Amino acid sequence: MHSATHPAASAHSEHSVWLTSIRFTLVTTVLLGLAYPIAITGIAHLIFPRKAAGSLIHQNGQVIGSELLAQSFTTDRYFHPRPSAAGNGYDATSSGGSNLAQSNKALVDRIQGSINTLATENPSTPVPIDLVTTSGSGLDPDITPDAAYFQVPRIAKARKLSETSVHQLVDAHITPRQLGVLGEPRVNVLRLNLDLDKLSK
Amino acid sequence: MSVNGWLQFAIYCVVLLATVRPVGIYMARVLEGERTWLDPIFRPIERLLYKLCGVNAKAEMNWRQYAFAMLGFSAVSMLLTYAIERLQAFLPFNPQHLPNVATDLAWNTAASFTTNTNWQFYTPETTMSYLTEMAGLAIHNFFSAAVGIVVAVALVRGIKRTSSATIGNFWVDTTRSLLYILLPASIIYALLLVAQGVPQNFHAYTVAHPLEQPTQIQTIGQGPVASQESIKMLGTNGGGFFNANSAHPYENPTPFSNFIQILSIFIIPAGLTYTLGRMTGSQGHGWAVLAAMFVLFAAGFTALYWAEAHPHPLIHGAQQTATSTAPGGNMEGKEVRNGIAESALFATITTDASCGAVNGMHDSFTPLGGLVPLTNIMLGEVIFGGVGAGLYGILIFVVQAVFIAGLMVGRTPEYLGKKIESYDVKMSMLYVLIFPLVILSLTAFFVLSPTIGLSSLANQGPHGLTEILYAFTSGAGNNGSAFAGLSPNWWYNIAMGWDMLIGRFLMMLPVLALAGNLAQKKSVPPSPGTFPVDTPLFTVLLVGVVLILGALTFFPALSLGPILEHLLLQSGKLF
Repeated sequence: MHSATHPAASAHSEHSVWLTSIRFTLVTTVLLGLAYPIAITGIAHLIFPRKAAGSLIHQNGQVIGSELLAQSFTTDRYFHPRPSAAGNGYDATSSGGSNLAQSNKALVDRIQGSINTLATENPSTPVPIDLVTTSGSGLDPDITPDAAYFQVPRIAKARKLSETSVHQLVDAHITPRQLGVLGEPRVNVLRLNLDLDKLSK
Repeated sequence: MSVNGWLQFAIYCVVLLATVRPVGIYMARVLEGERTWLDPIFRPIERLLYKLCGVNAKAEMNWRQYAFAMLGFSAVSMLLTYAIERLQAFLPFNPQHLPNVATDLAWNTAASFTTNTNWQFYTPETTMSYLTEMAGLAIHNFFSAAVGIVVAVALVRGIKRTSSATIGNFWVDTTRSLLYILLPASIIYALLLVAQGVPQNFHAYTVAHPLEQPTQIQTIGQGPVASQESIKMLGTNGGGFFNANSAHPYENPTPFSNFIQILSIFIIPAGLTYTLGRMTGSQGHGWAVLAAMFVLFAAGFTALYWAEAHPHPLIHGAQQTATSTAPGGNMEGKEVRNGIAESALFATITTDASCGAVNGMHDSFTPLGGLVPLTNIMLGEVIFGGVGAGLYGILIFVVQAVFIAGLMVGRTPEYLGKKIESYDVKMSMLYVLIFPLVILSLTAFFVLSPTIGLSSLANQGPHGLTEILYAFTSGAGNNGSAFAGLSPNWWYNIAMGWDMLIGRFLMMLPVLALAGNLAQKKSVPPSPGTFPVDTPLFTVLLVGVVLILGALTFFPALSLGPILEHLLLQSGKLF
């Protein structure tokens, strides 16, 4: 049983508490703030070199981007990602959302404006909501399969391809729910556009 | 809402519940100083650490000494963080040559990470060097989590021990929490995250030439992300390596990484309820506390998921309801890979616990969707709660519940063999009252000032009030999530620094005082008048106390913020 007579007081004078605090902070900072992340970096580079470096995609000797990050596509020839509120758009040093409230007129006007523009491109289909809303990161690399299908007529026309072949390309790029249940089905826009270029050749 | 969404919630609950017992037993062994299977690796490091720091591992502390050591350690480590921020331009691991952090922001951030809040009034990619992230900020992800655990354990010891002047040794408890719980879990977790795609490097930012317009360069922020991400979630800290936090594909690249992130938020707080039961010899009580948390968690998720799956009433011509190939709902500020269900689940969990990481932007949630995270924090961060902080927080409410039950039958209340007397109730009331006092007074001050308060808002109308209310609630609750439209100025930086420090340390002192007072009491055998604390009735009473105290305190403010915004939006009013 714990008794009430522990000779504790003398061992914890004010002086020793400050000294212990300083020593403890320094020692644990070296262990957890330096040794730990450096060790993880070393191991990560041994086991997963590509992922540890940011899943970059190279083409013709240049880095064209990261598989995990959205980049800007604006012409009719490519699938477009979701709009971005990161910096001036797709800024991978300034990630973030619009932070506009649902009750903010600027948000409703922006979304409704985008819908009205997109509706002319494919009038028979309602506009998928992810295609007119900014993501949380501004770097969402994915769109929903619906948002990819929605853009098929425009791209087929611009590239003089059949809608069927572009549609099939989208189908081949759908990433299903992980482990069959987690998350949502999605299409990686950069991967899709890279293969779209191959299809056109 | 979709069947798949509910299925994900069900799977989450089952996996979490399966971890409670093994995690709880392991933590009890660590905190009681027993042998663990990690002893061969960490026992020598533990001994070396005591030697280097001059810790007498055998000495016991009374509650004042324990509190003083906790405050001393926190103050010194906070000062170190402040110094690193202010000097980062002259220090290594700064490939982007970022300048020193300004004084007011450095103060705010040092307070933020020391208090387990991780409120971020800055864009990390362009503000903090890799060294500042690792040795200035991520260390507090370890430290503050460990401090939370040890204060909770000190309180549990207070309940358990009889006629004892002491409640443990702060340095030993902290060291063992760091070495046997937080560090090994972080190592495995970080590597799991890299396997999913989270970067881990010290490279300068990558210059990319995009496919369509190679001349319009995209600069890609990099860094030692995975090692920080793991402890950020596991320690319920929540401070992002990137501005977009766990919405950023580099922090949280896949639905599976998202699943382990939300699991890791609750795993220690949930396990600690089992540790409570085990250490006090009343396993039923641990489960009853867990059940109360679970009820509030499930209710929050249901409300949030329902709200976010709704179409916007004023937007037309878009597919806003779920199909088999698109989640529909409110996707502003959310990521496609997470959809509505995983975003709603994340937002509920991160605010139930005092984590504050986000995988979607709370500021762009529907009014009622945003009401849920805010309410979760206002209930005192006791729905699982922060690592350790959630347990001592709910135990404060347990004392209140037992006290109220005692009043109803007209007897001196007892809790696990300890008489709950005037001093104990006063300390628990102090804990309960400090929280709304600091939140509501600071909110009122800033709301009343157009120049220093309202000029920072990103949204007008009732939503603007909610942005300010959310900030001070998140700070005092040590949560750290935000209605992030609110932009900082000097006044917010300074005031929120104090908001967070008061919400952490001023509230920890009554907890330790309560621990010390309970420890020196004698145990009384249960009598027919004792209110049992391991029954469903107790769970209902505990949930009731949490809800009633929270509602009485904050309902007026909520009705002027998100509730009013909802009603106006439904009638077509925009701002």
